[in-house]
Amino acid sequence: MTLSAPDQTTLPNDLVALVRDKALWIRRRSFQMVYEAQLGHPGGDFSSADILAALYFGVLRFDATKPNDPARDRFVMSKGHCTGAFYSVLAAAGYFPEVELTTYMQPLSRLNGHPNRNYLPGVETNTGPLGHGLPVATGIAIAGQMDDADFRTFVLTGDGELQEGSNWEAALTAGHRKLENLTLIVDRNRLQQGARTEDTASLDPLDDKWRAFGWHVESIDGHDHGQLLEVLNTSPKGRGKPLCIIANTFKGKGVSFMHDNVAWHHGVPNQAQYEQAMAELV
Amino acid sequence: MSAAAPDRAGLFDCRDSFAATIESLAEHDSRVVTVVSDSLGSSKLGGFKKRWPERMVNVGIAEQTLVAVGAGLANGGKVPFVSAASCFITGRAMEQVKADIAYSNVNVKLIGQSSGVAYGELGPTHHSIEDMAWLRLFNNLTLIVPADPWQTEQAIRAAAAMDGPVFVRISRMPVPALERNNARFEIGKAEILAEGADAAIIANGTMVHRAVAAAKILASEGISARVVNLATVNPLDEAAILAAADTGAIVTVEEHSVRGGLGGAVAEVVTANTPVPMRIMGFPGFVPTGSAEWLMEHFGLTETGIADAVRQTIARKR
Repeated sequence: MTLSAPDQTTLPNDLVALVRDKALWIRRRSFQMVYEAQLGHPGGDFSSADILAALYFGVLRFDATKPNDPARDRFVMSKGHCTGAFYSVLAAAGYFPEVELTTYMQPLSRLNGHPNRNYLPGVETNTGPLGHGLPVATGIAIAGQMDDADFRTFVLTGDGELQEGSNWEAALTAGHRKLENLTLIVDRNRLQQGARTEDTASLDPLDDKWRAFGWHVESIDGHDHGQLLEVLNTSPKGRGKPLCIIANTFKGKGVSFMHDNVAWHHGVPNQAQYEQAMAELV
Repeated sequence: MSAAAPDRAGLFDCRDSFAATIESLAEHDSRVVTVVSDSLGSSKLGGFKKRWPERMVNVGIAEQTLVAVGAGLANGGKVPFVSAASCFITGRAMEQVKADIAYSNVNVKLIGQSSGVAYGELGPTHHSIEDMAWLRLFNNLTLIVPADPWQTEQAIRAAAAMDGPVFVRISRMPVPALERNNARFEIGKAEILAEGADAAIIANGTMVHRAVAAAKILASEGISARVVNLATVNPLDEAAILAAADTGAIVTVEEHSVRGGLGGAVAEVVTANTPVPMRIMGFPGFVPTGSAEWLMEHFGLTETGIADAVRQTIARKR
């Protein structure tokens, strides 16, 4: 089977609806994982759920039965702590059986708190410590550039994560080498583990920073499936710059008591909270 | 064969052997690429860049990205040789070495250049006498410390031939080509350069030729010392270490801290199996300013210093 883009005969409205359905499923499934494990990072799972659904069901070219196909588009999950959402989307995309999600963080499970490529198909590089995804993705994109290959490389970082200096090393290199095959998506939920990013080590004006490093910048609503699909599927060819998408999001998006609430970075629900969240996630 | 040539004293810079071997590999394998962090000259990769500029990535002075880009290139199907001063590619980028290379178990070859105290006068910021200890903790990272130009070539070729992460620790200190009766290199196999029954000297890197010279001094006194070149620190040749312990006395010698490096690795095996008196020779920690040669003299890392240590260790035999 050759790799193909998402079915182009699908009406755009249908694709948007598909991504919306998948994003909802990711939220529900990941929250169940976090509830059962009593561990996880649900706030970031929810801020990134729409981005992941758009990527895996409307953008990335891959064959889940051939996770090492050289022609595949690459996706690097730099915010490796958000495995609730990441494992959910990988299962939904067919990389492993959905039933395995019940083993999340259990002893000997392949579904570690942070992803491991040696156990789990679909994981490109082991992340967890922050600021690792973009530099590795930059290397992948350089390999593609050397070979004039057709694949694209996408990487999703948190925003607090951008406080790690390694990102800015890679930003320099990617800008210098004009890696138009590289797309960074920043999950700009404005909350890091302990506080707001702007109250900790402020990132704004974030778009100007990336432009100054030689990147093309798009700022979108990171929960708008139509915007995500449009900006992610616009061909980067000829641009001569790597692309940074600042996806403006909310931590805990989708559940009222978690919305924009720093307590849900790695908060875990009790039974009442779980039931309320599931009632809202419909 | 290595194209590296000796200097007027008949000594070799192993970086020349590294560079010649990389070019030879690149001629036959288009996947071979190099990654540097403004470390092109100190890695002696000028010739590579001239021949294959499109196959060299210079990320600038950015060691974290240096190592991570290596991981990415491997993901894209390349065989990257990532080369920089050993003090920086380890100390500055240790989390990338851990997470992106070792834990991710990717096919990247890291090259730590000018290791040990080669940058003697520049001081401990530029010394790399902690690297073996740091690196050997990563159980799946093959760690090789070649002793001379021939072994450097063999190590680079073996690294390229295997699928998995490798770190090769290379010196810029001039060393002689070792005399060998049966030249053969295999990752994880120690090389016996002299047989002996009274004691064993286990060394690697720039210390090996000094160990050989020390054994010759001892032989003239009627002491027979086995010389073991333990070039591969991970995986460790435990059989060779246990055979060395059969002599009843072990002296380890490394251009490295005495804490946690070659000596520590040997001691872990010896104490768990057949404890014998040991002496671990190396540097005690941060060292004073001085040339590399002066530092080695000062800390007894010479043929006479090693011979003294062997006599003292034999005296401790029970």
